Amino acid sequence: MRTLYAELNKRFPLGELTVQREDLGFITVEREHLRALLLHLRDLEGFTHLVLLTAVDWMEEGIFQLTYLLSDRKKRRDLGLRVMIARDGASMETVHDVWPTAATYQRELCEMFGIDFPDSPGVHDPFILEGWTDIPPYRREFDTKKYADETFTHRAGRETNDPAEYMKKQLYPDGA
Amino acid sequence: MKDELKKRIITGPDGFEFEVDPLNDYYCDAPPKVHPPAYVKIVEDLFNWARSESIWILGFGTGCGAIEMRPLMTPRFDAYRYGVQWRPTPRQSNLFIISGYLSVKTLKRVIRSYEQMQSPKYVIGLGSCTINGGMYWDSYNTIKKLDEYLPVDLYIAGCMPRPEALLKGFEDLKKIIRAGEGEGANIYAKNFDWYKANQKKVIQDWDMPDYNW
Repeated sequence: MRTLYAELNKRFPLGELTVQREDLGFITVEREHLRALLLHLRDLEGFTHLVLLTAVDWMEEGIFQLTYLLSDRKKRRDLGLRVMIARDGASMETVHDVWPTAATYQRELCEMFGIDFPDSPGVHDPFILEGWTDIPPYRREFDTKKYADETFTHRAGRETNDPAEYMKKQLYPDGA
Repeated sequence: MKDELKKRIITGPDGFEFEVDPLNDYYCDAPPKVHPPAYVKIVEDLFNWARSESIWILGFGTGCGAIEMRPLMTPRFDAYRYGVQWRPTPRQSNLFIISGYLSVKTLKRVIRSYEQMQSPKYVIGLGSCTINGGMYWDSYNTIKKLDEYLPVDLYIAGCMPRPEALLKGFEDLKKIIRAGEGEGANIYAKNFDWYKANQKKVIQDWDMPDYNW
């Protein structure tokens, strides 16, 4: 993983490297280098597929972290690329023309985090939520319990009896 | 509302223009009616006995509980020996098992399927998710009380209940039907406005007629 990092660092300015395992690492990159890096990894380094594209909401820092996880079946290694984007009006360049699978992930991110990917096919179509009007539910300021309490009716909980209280009431009904 | 559901003029392959209004063309929006017992009690009892011995389940797994149906319909637990079988379409079935959690998106499909079933029809809520939300009690996307949206005859508690529990549930449902208490379809028709109001409260983009069969 470190040799790959040194190799890549000759061509691209890279950020921090985290080596999770011998065959799994994560590199922070700037968003303008992402596409070139993805193409390089696919065409020259032989990475065979995009495993997932997901987001982390760093609400306090005001950023979304996008993680592009790539896999290389032949050399049995996985590489994640971390891209930090601004949280306000979050928008990112689409990579569906590099990895077609990204279109589905981008559609999901658009719905669950409200990150826009202009030009990604069908990115604004409803994916899991239909007719959602609130803020995207995976954003951390979304209070899922409050929303559930307001939207759905809850069944009243069952009655429980504390044994000590119960026996006290049975034995000393007048509270003596 | 989606574009394909809007009223519009369409040009056919032969150049003939015609108007399409999907909501009125493809659905009947007449409200359901209450069907009172049609015969004297002894004949109704015979009918109820016959109904209880041919429970046909709609093969629609809404959540993880659907996995319990596979051993049930295959030789290991073999529910077919009790007159219980699975059918591919709502038209042929009279029991709807809501197997597990029900997301709002699935609820919409469940309502459509339920309304397409023939009366008399029964609903079983399987697993704790249908009773009080279960482990999804604070989820933003699953309903918590199934009987707010559909008339439920029987709940089977557990997470997940074993196939044996389902077999016991079928036996209990048979007792309910034989006693003439499997009146879910009539309850639904009687309290139709209440059910619809509850359904529309959670389904934000209601793009189907109120009653589609």
